[in-house]
Amino acid sequence: MENYKLSINGKTQEVTASEDMPLLWVIRDLLDMKGTKFGCGQALCGACTVHLDGEAVRSCSLPISEVGAGKITTIEGLSEDGSHPLQKAWVEHVVPQCGYCQSGQIMNAAALLTKNPSPSEADIEAAMEGNLCRCGTYNRIKDAIVTASQSL
Amino acid sequence: MMPKLPFLNKQKSTASTADRSEIYRASRRDFLKIGSLAAGGFVLGINFQCSGPKGELITFAPNVFVSIGSDNIVTIVAHRSEMGTGIRTSLPMIVADELGADWSLVKIVQAEGDEDKYGNQNTDGSFSIRMFYEPMKKAGAAARQMLVKAAAAEWKVDPSECDTEASHVILKGGSKKIPFGDLVSQIQTMELPKDEELVMKDFSAYKLVGKDVPIYDLKDIATGKAVFGADVNLPNMLIAVVRRSPVVGAKVISFNDEKALAIPGVKKVVKIEGGGDPPPLDQPLEGIAVLAENTWAAIKGSEALEVEWDLGVNQSYNSAAQLQEMVKSTAKSGTVKRERGDFSQAKASAGKTFEKTYLAPFYAHATVEPPAAIADVKADGSVEIWAPSQHPQWAKGAVAGALGVDVTKVRINVTLLGGGFGRKSKPDYVVEAALLSKAAGVPVRVQWTRSCDLHHDFYHSHSAQRIVATLDAAGNLTGWNHHTVFPAIGSGLTAAPPSDGELDLGCRDFPYDVPNIRIESHESTAHTRIGWLRSVSNIHHAFATSSMLDEIAESKGLDPVEQAIQLLGEDRDLVFAGEMVGDYGNYGEKIEDFPWSTGRMKKVIETVAEKSNWKANLAAGKAIGFAAHKSFLTYVACVVTVEKDAAGNLVIPEVHYAVDCGIPVNTDRIRSQFEGGAQFATSLATTSAITLENGKVVQNNFDTYQIIRMPQAPKKIHVHIIPSMEKPTGVGEPPVPPFIPALANAVYKLTGKRNYELPIKA
Repeated sequence: MENYKLSINGKTQEVTASEDMPLLWVIRDLLDMKGTKFGCGQALCGACTVHLDGEAVRSCSLPISEVGAGKITTIEGLSEDGSHPLQKAWVEHVVPQCGYCQSGQIMNAAALLTKNPSPSEADIEAAMEGNLCRCGTYNRIKDAIVTASQSL
Repeated sequence: MMPKLPFLNKQKSTASTADRSEIYRASRRDFLKIGSLAAGGFVLGINFQCSGPKGELITFAPNVFVSIGSDNIVTIVAHRSEMGTGIRTSLPMIVADELGADWSLVKIVQAEGDEDKYGNQNTDGSFSIRMFYEPMKKAGAAARQMLVKAAAAEWKVDPSECDTEASHVILKGGSKKIPFGDLVSQIQTMELPKDEELVMKDFSAYKLVGKDVPIYDLKDIATGKAVFGADVNLPNMLIAVVRRSPVVGAKVISFNDEKALAIPGVKKVVKIEGGGDPPPLDQPLEGIAVLAENTWAAIKGSEALEVEWDLGVNQSYNSAAQLQEMVKSTAKSGTVKRERGDFSQAKASAGKTFEKTYLAPFYAHATVEPPAAIADVKADGSVEIWAPSQHPQWAKGAVAGALGVDVTKVRINVTLLGGGFGRKSKPDYVVEAALLSKAAGVPVRVQWTRSCDLHHDFYHSHSAQRIVATLDAAGNLTGWNHHTVFPAIGSGLTAAPPSDGELDLGCRDFPYDVPNIRIESHESTAHTRIGWLRSVSNIHHAFATSSMLDEIAESKGLDPVEQAIQLLGEDRDLVFAGEMVGDYGNYGEKIEDFPWSTGRMKKVIETVAEKSNWKANLAAGKAIGFAAHKSFLTYVACVVTVEKDAAGNLVIPEVHYAVDCGIPVNTDRIRSQFEGGAQFATSLATTSAITLENGKVVQNNFDTYQIIRMPQAPKKIHVHIIPSMEKPTGVGEPPVPPFIPALANAVYKLTGKRNYELPIKA
């Protein structure tokens, strides 16, 4: 067990964890932030997506020992009040069905728009391919990303 | 114990229309309880804080579903589980509309599992709207009439002079209005209106029903605040990850937990006893649970366990080999389950005979949220559960049975479900949490990993079907002989045919006007746990039926859309009188109440053809496919367009659906279910399959059990909702069955090769 200082959503958090503990479980179990979801444990579904220094990463497969001083953003830190353009677009298009994968979808899309503020349909598909949705909200996700990109 | 499943049910009592008028009624004690629940501040899944100083809030609740506070907040109880269909919004909005509530001042609270109070809570079989549309209207109407009566008394006018709007009672003409909340104290002693005194609004007066209403939890989901099964945190809670029998029926001979217990954070190892054969639907598989302070330690602990298994009778089972055996059995005569005319005669005199065999694999549900449940078995023997359960009442009974406590000792709170599709009807994972909490003496969350989920699901059965169709010399379809075999839901090692209920799903209810029909079923055995998946045996039955119809149409040079309309014949109500061998379930409804209407089916077919520009696209040689299929009493027709991209990948540029689900309640959620249904069905049709070798499921995660990703999803999905005043029916499952053959038929157009096996190859 080691002590770690993490920067999450602009706050410094201290945790004690085994060095191989994935960031996902640090966030969910040790810090009790439940917006980031567990889906596969092998970076295959994207439900656990958070930002590390602005890049979308799969927190289920990122050991805490590799986070270092990187700045982590979770869905709770994307905006204070749900006012991120993607969150507003998600509401406008009524994207979610069950909603479980949507934190990861939004975080992944947010990283995409940071890099590419005007993505084409092909860009969106390529960037979002790692995020599974079993309910089938892919079309509305795509529409919401386009709407958000137009409001940037 | 098998639960009552309206889609498989022989006893129709729980679902029939006659019982429903009783559901909304409740004793005054009950609604006062709900009133205090709403005022209590926090109910799982939503944050509800009433305004005003503590103690000042007075509530009035004419039934268990609705209460109104002196703060003018209307609280509506959602008693069905939310797994993505929008039911947590769609049923409350019926209450709100009938009441005349301002939707922005409505709070929704999720009901605990309690059949005595709420009636049926088994969120399955696409029947929530069908079963509860009328009771929800009554719940709202009762409250409205009492509020109106109170206001009329105050204004000294006749109640007929008053109406409700935006959470106010208004005097006609608008000269006076009073908020609901100001009337609450006057109503406390008012007598509840009798059933026969309730007057429902005219449909045209609705402001929510029949419109697009966004889901209640939308903002919470978009901000990560929505509460799912694994999100509940209790003090001193341990997390359990279980190593379950790798083969159904396997027993633990011995285990060594030394290495598991050496992992920091691991606290305890507990054995769970498994059930026998057939594997019970409501009990856990045999397994060894590792309980730890956090999920990661529990996962590592479960991997470090050394378990010696007696793998039992299923260890030599291979699904591919069984499928070949099933194909052989369909070649023989089976048990006749429906007979019209004389198929043998039709075959003997046929000018042309088609005979094809269709195969479909096992499917896993693969909800992105793997099963998880929290149990707190307290020292006094009472139990509190938090679970993403489709069927909280079954879970409650199963927990009580497993712990040997009275069911009244068990309280079950229902969280949001991260997908259900039938998996989370089965309460095995809830029982695991309860057994482990009892053993550990602290609250326990059982957390399934993805491999737990894929290895230990209740699978949709693999299937073999043989259809023989005959044409006479003039090319008329004269005979239809459909053989079907698949391991039945809840079955085991004893050979059994599919249940009547499973045959009713897209096989025996073949609606076309063919003079000679024979439906035959065959026996098979189950070597894994068999359950139900979104639309159940409609999945494989629709694939076979609509693929064969397309092939017949093609051989005659006939447009398959025209053929379907011709074969449906005159507009009439089918009741299959005298043809069914055994009970015909009709999804739990009396056939007289919900007959099979050929006219409604023709209308959806004509609509989808028109809206998709079918004739012109057909003439232009586009790769388009068509299928129509009624399931769960909802009529659906579907047109799918396919093409290949430069890399040779199958692309689905466009899908058109037409649906007649009776009165459309929440049109946005109808569309979303069809959009999602097309995507769900694309996975079933093109990417997903579970196989078993040596009794074990081969697929471990989403790399090997593939569900479609965004690039594979249909690009545009158009949903055309037929305006209707027929009784409303559900839309959760009906989008799935017709999509698969429509896609397969389109792929045939593209490649010239018919697919007789799912997943298809393009």
